[in-house]
Amino acid sequence: MAEVKPAARPLSPHLQIYRWSWTMAMSIAHRVTGTGLYLGTVLIAAWLIAAASGPAAYETAQAVAGSILGRLVLFGYSFVLLHHMVGGLRHFVWDTGKGYEPQTRMNMAKYSVVVSGGLTILLWIIVLAVG
Amino acid sequence: MAEFNLPQNSRLTEGKAWPKPAGSHKLTEFKVYRWDPDTGANPRTDTYYVDRDDCGPMVLDALIWIKNKVDPTLTFRRSCREGICGSCAMNMDGKNGLACTTGIDECGAKGKVAIYPLPHMPVIKDLVPDLTRFYAQHASIEPWLKTTTPAPEKEWAQAKDDREKLDGLYECILCACCSTSCPSYWWNGDRYLGPAALLQAYRWLIDSRDEATGERLDDLEDPFRLYRCHTIMNCANACPKGLNPAKAIAEVKKMMVTRQV
Repeated sequence: MAEVKPAARPLSPHLQIYRWSWTMAMSIAHRVTGTGLYLGTVLIAAWLIAAASGPAAYETAQAVAGSILGRLVLFGYSFVLLHHMVGGLRHFVWDTGKGYEPQTRMNMAKYSVVVSGGLTILLWIIVLAVG
Repeated sequence: MAEFNLPQNSRLTEGKAWPKPAGSHKLTEFKVYRWDPDTGANPRTDTYYVDRDDCGPMVLDALIWIKNKVDPTLTFRRSCREGICGSCAMNMDGKNGLACTTGIDECGAKGKVAIYPLPHMPVIKDLVPDLTRFYAQHASIEPWLKTTTPAPEKEWAQAKDDREKLDGLYECILCACCSTSCPSYWWNGDRYLGPAALLQAYRWLIDSRDEATGERLDDLEDPFRLYRCHTIMNCANACPKGLNPAKAIAEVKKMMVTRQV
């Protein structure tokens, strides 16, 4: 009898169909912001290099950072930084074995957006007020 | 590196729309994943209409109704129909659960109920995934009482408060809802044990009668087996028995640290 070769088994859909939850979204956001911090560190390094290169380069760096686009990038960077920090604190609490109840874990994820967003706005109010 | 897209042979196609039952007023639309190993064609989603006046309230009732009245080729696992065997675990409306304990009205937020097999698993047919590796991972944590002291004349005694430590752990029915809901398990299921096996591991680690705690922890001390848990919490959100694998894993991680202090 001829041998019947079964068809290769397909992989069932996963990311395509799974319903998003706050904890799932904040977990991936923590990774994305963590990666974003690498880019932010490059910006800080560039600014330090400019400061070390002399007054002219420093002037240019300050002008770029102070421009509309520069400020937008810095605003984004500060949000990424604070979001990652709040996310880190959330994971720290979870590492102690606390905050796993259904409502608590969802609220912790949800409010880390609110808190990091609030902190970013607060930071910029202070920055703009100080000048 | 995580593979976010489905392989070529697993991409979904639009399937058949089965006729609406005649003379019924209350219909619910079901979109069901189908794959037939005999044809080898890509998986598809078939559309069925279930007469709710003629059908029980649970998703499993609807699947049995479809199989009996519309399409006898629809394949799925089921046995106890009361949430204790774990056979009918599947993905309904984007969330893993047991078809027998999930109400049709709990799903279908978008007016229809979408049903897929447990995510990121090899499919045997339709809604039946291959759980071989999942069971092997459970076996790998050696889920039985291990002792070195001579066996007592009667049973191994356990104080009441020690017994209570097993509550929320022993109820696991190994339905695989949690592990297959976990993105970390999707991307690293070959090396990460996953929430179900780790909850079982903790069930034996915390058992006051077990005398192999050190060896059990040694086995789990591995960057992948235990530490791929990133507290995404899909496991705890999915568990149809209301257990909390994420917390159990956190407790195992704590045991790893405290034994070094």
